[in-house]
Amino acid sequence: MRNSFRRRSILPGFRLALGFTIFYLSLIVLIPLSAVFPKAAAGGWAHIRAALASPGVLAAFRLSFGASFAAGLISVVVGFLVAWVLVRYDFPGRWLADALVDLPFALPTAVAGIALTSLYTENGWIGRYLQPLGIKVAFTPLGIVVALTFVGLPFVVRSVQPVLADLDLELEEAASTLGATRWQVFFKVILPLLRPALLTGFGLAFARALGEYGSVIFIAGNLPMRTEIVPLLIVNKLEQYDYSGATAIAAVMLLTSFLLLLAINLIERRTRRFLEAR
Amino acid sequence: MAGATAALPLRPSRLAPRRDPLLVRCALIALALAALGVLIVLPLVAVFVQAFQRGAAVYCAAIRQPDTLAAIRLSLLIAAIVVPLNTLFGLAAAWAVTKFDFPGRNVLLALIDLPLAVSPVIAGLIYVLVFGAQGWLGPWLAAHDIRVIFAVPGIVLATTFVTFPFVARELIPLMQSQGRDEEEAALVLGAGGWRIFFRITVPNIRWGLLFGVVLCTARALGEFGAVSVVSGHIRGQTNTVPLHVEILYDEYNYAGAFAVASLLSVVAVITLAIKKLLEWKTSQESR
Amino acid sequence: MSIEVDHITKRFGAFEALKDVSFRIESGELVALLGPSGSGKTSLLRIIAGLDQPDSGTVRLFDEDATRTSARDRHVGFVFQHYALFRHLTVFENIAFGLRVRPAATRPPESEIRARVQKLLELIQLDWLGDRYPNQLSGGQRQRVALARALAVEPRVLLLDEPFGSLDAKVRKELRRWLRRLHDELHVASVFVTHDQEEALEVSDRVVIMNQGRIEQIGTPGEVYDTPATPFVYQFLGDVNLFHGRVDPAGYVRPHELEVAPHAAGDSSAVAATILHIGWIGPVVRLELQREDTGQSLEAEIPRDRYRQLNLRVGDRVDLTPRNLRVFDTDDSAGPA
Repeated sequence: MRNSFRRRSILPGFRLALGFTIFYLSLIVLIPLSAVFPKAAAGGWAHIRAALASPGVLAAFRLSFGASFAAGLISVVVGFLVAWVLVRYDFPGRWLADALVDLPFALPTAVAGIALTSLYTENGWIGRYLQPLGIKVAFTPLGIVVALTFVGLPFVVRSVQPVLADLDLELEEAASTLGATRWQVFFKVILPLLRPALLTGFGLAFARALGEYGSVIFIAGNLPMRTEIVPLLIVNKLEQYDYSGATAIAAVMLLTSFLLLLAINLIERRTRRFLEAR
Repeated sequence: MAGATAALPLRPSRLAPRRDPLLVRCALIALALAALGVLIVLPLVAVFVQAFQRGAAVYCAAIRQPDTLAAIRLSLLIAAIVVPLNTLFGLAAAWAVTKFDFPGRNVLLALIDLPLAVSPVIAGLIYVLVFGAQGWLGPWLAAHDIRVIFAVPGIVLATTFVTFPFVARELIPLMQSQGRDEEEAALVLGAGGWRIFFRITVPNIRWGLLFGVVLCTARALGEFGAVSVVSGHIRGQTNTVPLHVEILYDEYNYAGAFAVASLLSVVAVITLAIKKLLEWKTSQESR
Repeated sequence: MSIEVDHITKRFGAFEALKDVSFRIESGELVALLGPSGSGKTSLLRIIAGLDQPDSGTVRLFDEDATRTSARDRHVGFVFQHYALFRHLTVFENIAFGLRVRPAATRPPESEIRARVQKLLELIQLDWLGDRYPNQLSGGQRQRVALARALAVEPRVLLLDEPFGSLDAKVRKELRRWLRRLHDELHVASVFVTHDQEEALEVSDRVVIMNQGRIEQIGTPGEVYDTPATPFVYQFLGDVNLFHGRVDPAGYVRPHELEVAPHAAGDSSAVAATILHIGWIGPVVRLELQREDTGQSLEAEIPRDRYRQLNLRVGDRVDLTPRNLRVFDTDDSAGPA
């Protein structure tokens, strides 16, 4: 008895829709993606290790992971603040602020890249105030962090917003009647319930930041060993026809992204089971 | 971006304004708006200010440059190919996933989201690995004198990959929440597959579909990293608008770069406006 | 005197939720705030708790003016209709919450907290569920945990907002009796809000009947049922017919207080009616009748054996005589406190 397919027979079009979906998915996504690993392995393990262990590559990995992590953290703090204000308070122009949160998501990366660079160079609108303080942003790792924060912010805000909005007011009222101060309500009731959303937001921002290219390469300056991010490294190797090097690095990036996706998925699955509503 | 059809709650909690004192509220709002302003608004404003820095005449001249116009034509061509394909896919995938139960459904859902987790540079790389001169199909393509990489087909493929999930991601939660009842009722009344689809399903999802298409288009027009790898950057031929921005910028033609960038920014702003409009519309209809 | 509410008014925008409400609750009483939706009972409860502020009037708790005191400092226990249990904490941690958030000066040592929570778990008969999470419990169990959590901080007053509203009928009945027994044991002054008149009459020491932001009557369950002060109270506490007799002024009579007899042509004091529908409702038979003179619809309830005795059928003509006609003065307002 094919119970698992029982519902399929009610509505038409299953075979057509699923068939096309899988065909298209394989053609555009799965097959091309799978080209990375054989190409990377083609050179042999020793070659891969050499490619990955070279100082330039290691520096790029340190930079990309470090900057993405830092940007993720900043995104979480700022994103949480923005989500809180958008959900819990009403003020004129709230709809506009909410719409603008999505701008980094909608704006092409190259446009963001040149815009951010123009702001943070020494004569830029922001750079000129930081310069006398001795803070250089453009063409330094700090600039990369700024650009990655720009990119990652919407992920945190959009992860936290729905959870915060659904937060039952009565939970806070209950805590209050039990004697909790406002700070205690925040740290003991609200924050724990938001933790999964914050983690998910961080994960998404981090994953996005790792692979980000267009927003970063203008402000980074791209100095090898200093401000060269991993995606740029891949592009450089491609231009030098070092396919095995490029694919080795790409393979590492892909594995990291998939692991991150998995982790985020697990968090969401556990949360749903654990915090199932009444 | 979560579905535009999941509306922002319009009314903040009844009690919250009274629970947090006015001072705290104002301080937090000011802080949040300042952060948004510096991080997000300022770059957008900077694009337009820099674009018009040398005056409107220079702006128009930059846009009307033949290379720029060629780039615009190419970008529009790419979008015109990519968006319908991905929309078709989005509809098919959403239909298969939301109207039926089958083993592996969750795996399929995860796979659809895959392109979002992949760096755009890698998205371009994989097509070079398949279609490039040293790629799997390289020799075959060379023998038939077909150019994919460093030509328009390659750009189409890379852009398709990058914008792959957008329509599907809009439609799936929407159709999931709408359920199967209406389609099943139509089936019982004797309607055939296509009729059910066009007369029942499509009207129900029209706003989500519209937004998915708009988003897909905006991303297709603005994709940079993936296209940069497969394009070859040949002015007038394989240069899209974002790549053209980069070229102008690298030549220190800032006014020109920002002028062209402003076109893309307008598209982005329109995308945001449509999203807000759709949120408002959905909240109206659900009342 | 544990709770004194004086001249409370409250509006939400244009809607007047409470209009000049005053009453007192004695120490150790279990009082029900009874009324339909929109009567203001929940608003009143929340104002007593300090979760909402009145527009005017005062709230006094144990002879202290508490109107400006925050909910946190009033030491009231509050039980919500949907439990409001902290989903990220176990049952044990939920109950211990109030004790754990106390400032260091007044916080009991951990061992004492553990002991008190354990005792409460035994009191609510859920000591085997201490390590579970709220989403693993049934509705009735969750409500008991919510109650234990509120009691853990030894409140002076216990407030319950439709505590059994989201439970099904059988669980509701069990829990309301359990609440009564718990109250008899603990003697904490308690106020609970309900729209279920059976619940209010069965459980409480006194009932406060509210309607459209005003108090209609306050009294013991027997008092409000037997001597209702206003037509609203009479109608709210049971089914009712509006009866215009031949001689008497118009008054109210309950379906089970309408005498039904076979039609006797000469009887001028009774009202003639035709049976339209007969419904068997458990131990009684409900007759839907239509008066022959005015065409008005009436409802009568008679015991089953009386029904068999009369051998009634749809379409039969019967005579109706009210046994207990209740007349109200037309300008009778809310009963005294």
